[in-house]
Amino acid sequence: MNYLQLLQLSAPETIVTVTLFVVLGADLTVLRGKSLAARFNGGALISILGCVSAALLAFARHTEANLFNGLLVVNPSSDFVKVAILALTIFTILISTSAKFTDHVGEYLSLILLGTIGLMFLVSTEDLLMIFVSLELASFSLYILTAFNKHNEKSAEAALKYFLFGGMSAAFMLFGFSLLYGIAGSTNLRDIATAIAGKGFDPLLLVALVTTVIGFGFKVAAVPFHLWAPDAYEGAPTPSAAFIGSGSKVASFYVLAKIFTLGFVGAEGNAAYHSFLSGWTPVIAIIAALSMMLGNLTAIVQFSVKRLLAYSAIAHAGYMLLGVLSNTPLSASAMMFYVITYALTTIGAFGVVMVVEDATGSDALKNFNGLSKRAPGLALCLMIFLLSLGGIPPLAGFIGKFFLFSAVVSAGANLGLLWLVILAIAMSAVSFYYYLRVLKAAYVEDAAADAPAIRTPLVTFLALALLALLVILFGVAPGLLTQYL
Amino acid sequence: MLAWTIYITFFGVLVLMLLPRDNARAARIVALLTAIAGCVVALVGAIQQTNPGEVTTIVKADWIPAIGANYYLAADGISLVLVVLTGLAAVSGILFSWNIEKRTKEFFAFYLVLIGGVYGVFLSFDLLLLFVFYELTIIPKYFLIARWGSTRKEYGAMKLALYSFVGSHLVLIGLIAAWVVAKGQLGHASLDLIELSKVHFSAGFQHWVFPLVFVGFAILAGMWPFHTWAPTGHVAAPTAGSMLLAGVVMKLGAYGCLRVAMLMFPEGVREWQWAIAALAVGGIVYGAGVALVQKDFKFVIGYSSVSHMGFVLLGLATLNTIGLDGAVLQMFSHGIIAGLLFAVVGRMVYDRTHTRDFNDLETMQLGKVIPFAGVTFVIAGIASMGLPGFSGFIAELQVLMGAWQVFPKMTILAGVGILVGVAYTLRAMQKAFYSDAPPKPVDHDHPMEPITVAERFGAVMLISASLVIGLFPNLLMNWIEPCFKSPLFARLLSGGAQ
Repeated sequence: MNYLQLLQLSAPETIVTVTLFVVLGADLTVLRGKSLAARFNGGALISILGCVSAALLAFARHTEANLFNGLLVVNPSSDFVKVAILALTIFTILISTSAKFTDHVGEYLSLILLGTIGLMFLVSTEDLLMIFVSLELASFSLYILTAFNKHNEKSAEAALKYFLFGGMSAAFMLFGFSLLYGIAGSTNLRDIATAIAGKGFDPLLLVALVTTVIGFGFKVAAVPFHLWAPDAYEGAPTPSAAFIGSGSKVASFYVLAKIFTLGFVGAEGNAAYHSFLSGWTPVIAIIAALSMMLGNLTAIVQFSVKRLLAYSAIAHAGYMLLGVLSNTPLSASAMMFYVITYALTTIGAFGVVMVVEDATGSDALKNFNGLSKRAPGLALCLMIFLLSLGGIPPLAGFIGKFFLFSAVVSAGANLGLLWLVILAIAMSAVSFYYYLRVLKAAYVEDAAADAPAIRTPLVTFLALALLALLVILFGVAPGLLTQYL
Repeated sequence: MLAWTIYITFFGVLVLMLLPRDNARAARIVALLTAIAGCVVALVGAIQQTNPGEVTTIVKADWIPAIGANYYLAADGISLVLVVLTGLAAVSGILFSWNIEKRTKEFFAFYLVLIGGVYGVFLSFDLLLLFVFYELTIIPKYFLIARWGSTRKEYGAMKLALYSFVGSHLVLIGLIAAWVVAKGQLGHASLDLIELSKVHFSAGFQHWVFPLVFVGFAILAGMWPFHTWAPTGHVAAPTAGSMLLAGVVMKLGAYGCLRVAMLMFPEGVREWQWAIAALAVGGIVYGAGVALVQKDFKFVIGYSSVSHMGFVLLGLATLNTIGLDGAVLQMFSHGIIAGLLFAVVGRMVYDRTHTRDFNDLETMQLGKVIPFAGVTFVIAGIASMGLPGFSGFIAELQVLMGAWQVFPKMTILAGVGILVGVAYTLRAMQKAFYSDAPPKPVDHDHPMEPITVAERFGAVMLISASLVIGLFPNLLMNWIEPCFKSPLFARLLSGGAQ
């Protein structure tokens, strides 16, 4: 165990860190005085080069390593999740290149990269302390990214709300972690599992469990800890919201599943119908059920597309939690497939919203009227993203749901978890209605006579087209993705 | 070869999308050529299939091995009948929407996506693939109605989309549960319909899964009391939309009931047989009764569709070969006849008069002004009433013969439904075309557009199809009958009355 080895194993993270400083430096020196577009393009180019090389490195190596007793764990699974996170970062950066809400280009891009670094460390650790530190690194970057639009009061409000909720959740989580440390005498997840396993179920563990669930519930915006999400999504600059809804989700769910499936072995309980048994799965089951119901039902009445996407994100978090609680290798890989394709789709949807917002001044539903005529390509992309979110085949969202739900049903003995899947499918039928509302505006309604023209910046459009293509591709040939999960 | 029906249709969509936006003529021609090509492929492919009793594999390739899904297209006689129906309906629908001027290209693109999905459903023998095609048809339906429809189009479109989506989600729940149970029994994941039809699901499981899956599909088949999307949807849809809804989309539901729900859960069917028959007869009588008192011409046809689809469901519920034969033949027959009726009401009458209210139509002397429409409606009406010589007669007769063996009392009720059917058809005929109400002065400055060549072609095509099958039912019966004698259906039919 030496520091060279550490540097070697964390090479992808290191590359992104170096890129971060290069971007910041370039924006302060070479790009200074250039036009906003030039600065964004230059900075984005450097960031993307860095992310691509980090992703290639993580993708190509097949290393299995465990450093400092689980502080840094590298294996093909975590490496692939890192690749996914980097890809999502790249797409986020691509859609931010046309942004006009800030002239602090270097800072904006480097904060996205900083968040990415946090997320990357988050997925490659099995240690509570490291989980907490990297999660906070990512969260703090996200708080600032949310507040980045200085001309918009809502942005500041959203960030403050997000920060206060996030800080509180961090406190809960830390409290839970400290109890776990007290019980097990170690911060390593596997050590904790061994310590718990012999003990049976004691009250202290229950408190630790609940506070940990609360902490992560905030992070993934599950009901009843979701209150920050709609405001943050609505107020944040759109690329920031896309990042909160994509990369951060992937990492959070990966580590959430890891904590519960590795750290709470033996305290599962049972969420099956007729055979409830206290433990972490019934807790998650209830949170998941509430998220699916509240998220989907509230989304119906939204008139801001970003808020609608926020409530749909809450609902989707509910579906994903099903993958966590069923706790089998099959359901874990189904969940990761779901989260990754969801994240790609979400960035796409936010990208479209951003273009419309830039042209018309707001993300109100009525501004999408007649989109199919004003910007046919953009409308087609929007249709693909929203239908995928709604779970229409042959798009990725449908196959993801099929994988996930069938894995969940297989997990419970005697179809015990079927009640959750029935709820999820019923709610997904509800969700179709509000996605269709947006598409109705785009395809059926006519634009107002004075509606401003919508110009899609080329880079954004290419990014969106690529995302739409991926959504179709992963739906038609999911094997391309599942082979790595 | 039959797989090319799907590919050609989607290729047509691609070509349409690449056309310049304002060239409506090119869009029509591309759409028509695509539909004709699909129809020809369907006919030739169906005739070439030598043993319609067996499931003949067209393509089978690994798709998602992890869950046992294959890209598995195949056809037996039942598929052949419905694929040919789809081909005919697709061509005639385009002929009757030749006058679409508003965003023609998009209209036909959605139209062809719908057709492609329908072909796909009828040819899929992999459950997931079937489901993918099945759901693929929902979106174009919505946009066709909401964008190009008439009366309360957005309401009708959303209602149809939600009903379809809820139905398909009921199916999805059942499929996932069945998939998990089958995996436990087979030892490997499978979504192969033929393989799944051999799995023995426990009686308790079938008891609740069968109604879920059956009702999920039957919603789209217009099963009473879940039929309410059908009249509103049909009325709101543009002509081609209602032709396709009645012509093929409702058949998707009935086909799913037969191919998936009944084949996989034979004990469930037997247990719920009476309930299905009762709902079917309810639909026949209710649909006919409501059609009798409508003021809107198109609602008459809309409710008559519910009534006629009741015969399909009744035929399915008999669980004997003659009833099932009749059900499949009725799917074909109703597809043709309902398409024709909607074409007369939507294209020939409404597009010219801009009203469907009988009170207005009575004063227009349409039988004299557009005699072709009048004659076509009379012929279609006769076919719809079930007079010998047309396809509807032989189909409904077989259904009733099959049903008589199992539920004689309900069969009598269904017969009453047929009588009411005669009444509402004659009423509509008389009010719309041959009324002796005092005529309104004719507006000579805006004479009614004469019946176009496209309309004549479409009408002749559908009438001849119905006549040919009415006179030579064996053309289709030779495809349908061997299917129900094949081992695939043996399990379903073994306990039923023969």
